Amino acid sequence: MSTTSTPDATLSGSEAEATRKVGPLLVMPSVIVLLAWMIVPLVMTLWFSFQYYNLVDPTTRGFAGIDNYAYLVTDPDFWVSLENTLILLVAVLVITVGLGTLLAVVFNLPFPGRNIARVLAISPFFVMPTVSALIWKNLLMHPIYGVFGALASTLGLPPVDWFAQFPLAAVIAIVSWEWLPFALLILLTAVQSLDHEQREAARMDGAGPLAQFFFITLPHLSRAIGVVIMIETIFLLTVFAEIFVTTSGGPGNATTNLAFLIYARALLQYDIGGASAGGVVAIVLANIVAFFLVRSIARRLEV
Amino acid sequence: MATLQLRDIRKSFGAFEVIKGIDLEIDDREFVVFVGPSGCGKSTLLRMIAGLEEITGGDLMIDGKRINRVGPADRGLAMVFQSYALYPHMTVRQNMAFALRLARVPKAERDRKVDEAARILQLEPYLERRPKDLSGGQRQRVAIGRAIVRQPKVFLFDEPLSNLDAALRGQMRIELLRLHEELNATMIYVTHDQIEAMTMADKIVVLQAGRVEQVGSPLELYHHPANLFVAGFIGSPRMNLMEAKVVETGPTGTSVALPSGPRIEVPIEGGTTANGDAVTLGIRPEGLRIDPAGPIAGTVALVERLGGLTLLHLTIAGSEPMTVQIEGSDATRTHDQIRLAVDPAACHLFDQAGQALPQHARHPLAA
Repeated sequence: MSTTSTPDATLSGSEAEATRKVGPLLVMPSVIVLLAWMIVPLVMTLWFSFQYYNLVDPTTRGFAGIDNYAYLVTDPDFWVSLENTLILLVAVLVITVGLGTLLAVVFNLPFPGRNIARVLAISPFFVMPTVSALIWKNLLMHPIYGVFGALASTLGLPPVDWFAQFPLAAVIAIVSWEWLPFALLILLTAVQSLDHEQREAARMDGAGPLAQFFFITLPHLSRAIGVVIMIETIFLLTVFAEIFVTTSGGPGNATTNLAFLIYARALLQYDIGGASAGGVVAIVLANIVAFFLVRSIARRLEV
Repeated sequence: MATLQLRDIRKSFGAFEVIKGIDLEIDDREFVVFVGPSGCGKSTLLRMIAGLEEITGGDLMIDGKRINRVGPADRGLAMVFQSYALYPHMTVRQNMAFALRLARVPKAERDRKVDEAARILQLEPYLERRPKDLSGGQRQRVAIGRAIVRQPKVFLFDEPLSNLDAALRGQMRIELLRLHEELNATMIYVTHDQIEAMTMADKIVVLQAGRVEQVGSPLELYHHPANLFVAGFIGSPRMNLMEAKVVETGPTGTSVALPSGPRIEVPIEGGTTANGDAVTLGIRPEGLRIDPAGPIAGTVALVERLGGLTLLHLTIAGSEPMTVQIEGSDATRTHDQIRLAVDPAACHLFDQAGQALPQHARHPLAA
């Protein structure tokens, strides 16, 4: 009786059930590929980090216990690389978000040639890291034939050998130059989405340009700033090409970050086990940062 | 105390003039409504008074002082925006206190003023909430509260009710009138909604294409529109406008003939019109009534029954369609043939230039 009275409902019910059964099957291929892509390297890294595994000495293999980790944390290079990673991260974030916010406000003001200026300001983002690092190294920062050296000598100052004297600052400058356009792009769109009546209301309330910036624009941008910080953090923890091309982690270990340390362990010293231990530390570090960031930013996104 | 004078106020964007010389006197404690179709310049005019748009030419005076070059915050005005423009990251209290905070008013006084405004607007339970947690009507009240705490000389409203639903709009209209009474303030209100204009205004300014078409009390505009534009714009349903010819002018009135034949005598001075001149006859829908002996014959094309009112839309052979408004529920049905009688006192005549010809008798309420 009930089946005859509601044939449509039972039909759609069975259809829904069929969808529920078929759905996972249809999603399976992509899920399997993605899982394999992530899980296999992760498990292999974990596995290698507990193994003696050096490419120069294939005869010493076997379970290492926590030897690789013990060796890593007692290595002063490791702590320096952690420090460098965090300095690089924080410095680039401060520079790109700070300058990006100011530039976003400036590029939102009407001035002649604004569109061209915007394109020019955003274009560094399209230059690949190795290329921009090489340009900075050879055309700008080189003490003999770099532009900065030439500028210094016209002022009668001795040229600065940036990568020898201020290596980490030089890398920070390059990475900031690459990421400033990204911050600018996101923050500029956010500035543009600010309701102009809000700004006018603030003007009527007696807010000057500075008060408008701090009380209206900056709070409006907080969400976008959170997004910029989150995305940049993900990429800045793994900066590699710029260091590889310019300083190779040097002089000494002055510009070695965690990513470069792992590279050096694995492909310069051929210590796969030790490099894998470093990789696991990097994963843990990234997850700690991601945990706090995602939590704080997700909370702000709800507003 | 605040009076406002506009003297030949003009505004151009490049070579394009949007406000073409406006003269206006606004008295103390007056509720003035700027009304007009979209793009008539009413919002621009309000923003010029507020100081958000530069004034290209003319003088804007508050209490006799020219304030063309005074910044928006220093004119002593407060504005309520169409989108409310509340600061989303501040609580209701912070929103309302923002202007005072910028003016470095001590916290105790700030709180006292905000509490006072919240009491007037019945916002006390919501002071610690953020705008996103409020309904449209509550946000509207916060926007008004933000204006009240500044104790401005003049309140400016830019279509403040257009984002509310119909029921809330009616409620807020009454609330705004109560506020006007309670605050004793001069208010300028921009709307395209003629019901808001008619119900709230002491004085309506009808604008079109950057010019003032007519200034007057609501009933003055309704009963004595100065020209065709005002006649068509004020009143809903619209005034019936039809082509007619003058057949006779005399001391007691003017007789006009509709193209379909019937002659109507109206108590209006013929002025400079001569027999045979083309004029436009305007009759309010309530100035027509069904009368088997009436001069105008028509067919009912559509009936709108509103309960208290019945609107008949007629087609007239050889003339423009007409709308008739009848009190109560009427039995007339679609396709019925009816005849209409005209109340001569509810008729208007407009000359070729669209200017109204003067009526003999002024309406008693439209001094």
